[in-house]
Amino acid sequence: MANYPPKLAEALEDFSYITTRPERQEYLIQLADEFKDVKVPPSVATQPYDESHRVPACESDAFVWAVDQPDGTLKFYFDVLNPQGLSAMAMAVILGRSFDGVPLEEIAAVQPDIVFDFFGKDISMGKGQGLMGIVNMAVYEAKRRLK
Amino acid sequence: MTDIAARGYAKPDVLVSTEWVAAHLNDPNVRIIESNEDPLLYPSGHIPGAVEVDWTTDLNDQVVRDYLGRDGFAALASRIGITPETTVVFYGDKNNWWATYAFWVFQLFGHTNARVMDGGRKKWVDEGRELTRVVPTYPATTYPAPERNDAEIRAFRDYVLKHVEAGGQLIDVRSPAEYTGEKLHMEGYPQEGALRGGHIPGAQSVPWARAANDDGTFKDAEALKAIYLQEKGLDPHKETIAYCRIGERSSHTWFVLSYLLGFDKVRNYDGSWTEWGNSVGVPIVKGPNPR
Repeated sequence: MANYPPKLAEALEDFSYITTRPERQEYLIQLADEFKDVKVPPSVATQPYDESHRVPACESDAFVWAVDQPDGTLKFYFDVLNPQGLSAMAMAVILGRSFDGVPLEEIAAVQPDIVFDFFGKDISMGKGQGLMGIVNMAVYEAKRRLK
Repeated sequence: MTDIAARGYAKPDVLVSTEWVAAHLNDPNVRIIESNEDPLLYPSGHIPGAVEVDWTTDLNDQVVRDYLGRDGFAALASRIGITPETTVVFYGDKNNWWATYAFWVFQLFGHTNARVMDGGRKKWVDEGRELTRVVPTYPATTYPAPERNDAEIRAFRDYVLKHVEAGGQLIDVRSPAEYTGEKLHMEGYPQEGALRGGHIPGAQSVPWARAANDDGTFKDAEALKAIYLQEKGLDPHKETIAYCRIGERSSHTWFVLSYLLGFDKVRNYDGSWTEWGNSVGVPIVKGPNPR
C-alpha cells in the first residue's frame, strides 16, 4: 500500500476504522450518490458504448475509460448502466478520485483485492469479481501504457 | 405486462404483483423480504416494512460451504418475525435473481407459503412507489424449523455425475462465454474461480436472464416454452438439474422451470461451476455444443 496513490491510501485508511456493516454501507452509499462526478461525459463516449470499455464479470454493466492527459497521467471516467449498481458506482468514485492525475506506476501497483478493504469480505463472489474487474480494468489502462 | 393469472403459468399463485404488495404493506400475515446481489441497495431504500435477508450473512454457514442449518433458519425466521403461517414475499435486484435464491433456500426448510414479487425491486422503483430507509423490527417469533431437506430440490456433485452418465437433462444458465469455456482476453482479469472452463456434458445453454422481460417481470409461459422447450428441447417430465457458478443464477431458472413451467422435477446444483470446474477427473465439454 506504500506505493499506492495517496488519495487511495487515504481512503483505505478511512475505511480501516469502520467497524460495523451499516456504517460501511452508509459510507459507500454516500460515495455512490456522487457518481455523477466521474460519469463519462458525451465528449468522451456516448451510448451504445464500445464493448472494449466494458468491465468483464461486472453484472452491473460497468464501463471504464482512461483519457491521456498532456502531463502523461490519466483521467478516468466510468458509467454503470444498471441504475441499481450502487456498489459499482461507489467503486468508480473511489477509483476516479484516487487515480486521476497520479503517476502511472502508482496506479499499476494497485491490487484488485482493495475491493474487500472497502466492501468487506461478506460480499458475494460474483459481486467481488465484478468490483475487482473495475479495479483491474483501470489498473490495466496504466499498465499497458507503461509497457 | 399482462396480468399474472393470464400468463399461462403452471403455478401462478407463486407470483404477486407490485400492486398486491402495495396493498399488503400492513398485513400482519405477510412479510416482505428484500434479497439483493448488491448489499448497498436495501440500506439505500426499501419497500416500507420490508426486512432484508442477506445471502452471505443470513443464508450461508459462515464456516462450511453450505447453507444454514435448522437452528440457523429458526433464528433467522425469529429475527424477521415469521411463523410457518406467514406469507413471505421475496423481491430484489437483478430481475429477482437473489430473491429466487432466498426463495429456494426457504424451500429447503419447507416454507412453502412463499411468493416472489414479479418485476422485483426495479419494477417497484420504476413505478415510483415508496421507498424508505427505516429498518423495521418485528416481535421475535418461535419458528419450529425442520431439518433442512436437501433431497428434493438440491443436487450434489456425485448425484450430478451419475445424472450425466445416465444422459440426464441439464441446463447451464451462465453467460455464453462461461459455457464455452472461452478465456477472458485481457490479462489480469478474474476467471470463474475455477481451474477449468467449459460446461457439464449434455448441458443446454440458456442464460438465466432470458426468462425475464426488460422491465424485470417474468416472461409469459408461451415465451418461456419457446426458449426451454422448443428451442432447447427440454422435456418437462424428465428430471432437470440447473447450475451456474455458485448456484445463485440457477436458482432463478429452477424457479422458472418449477413454478412457471411446471417441470416435474428440478434440482439446483449449488456447487455449480466453482465445484465442477475445480474437481479432479470430472468430464467437461468446451465449446458451444452440449456434448
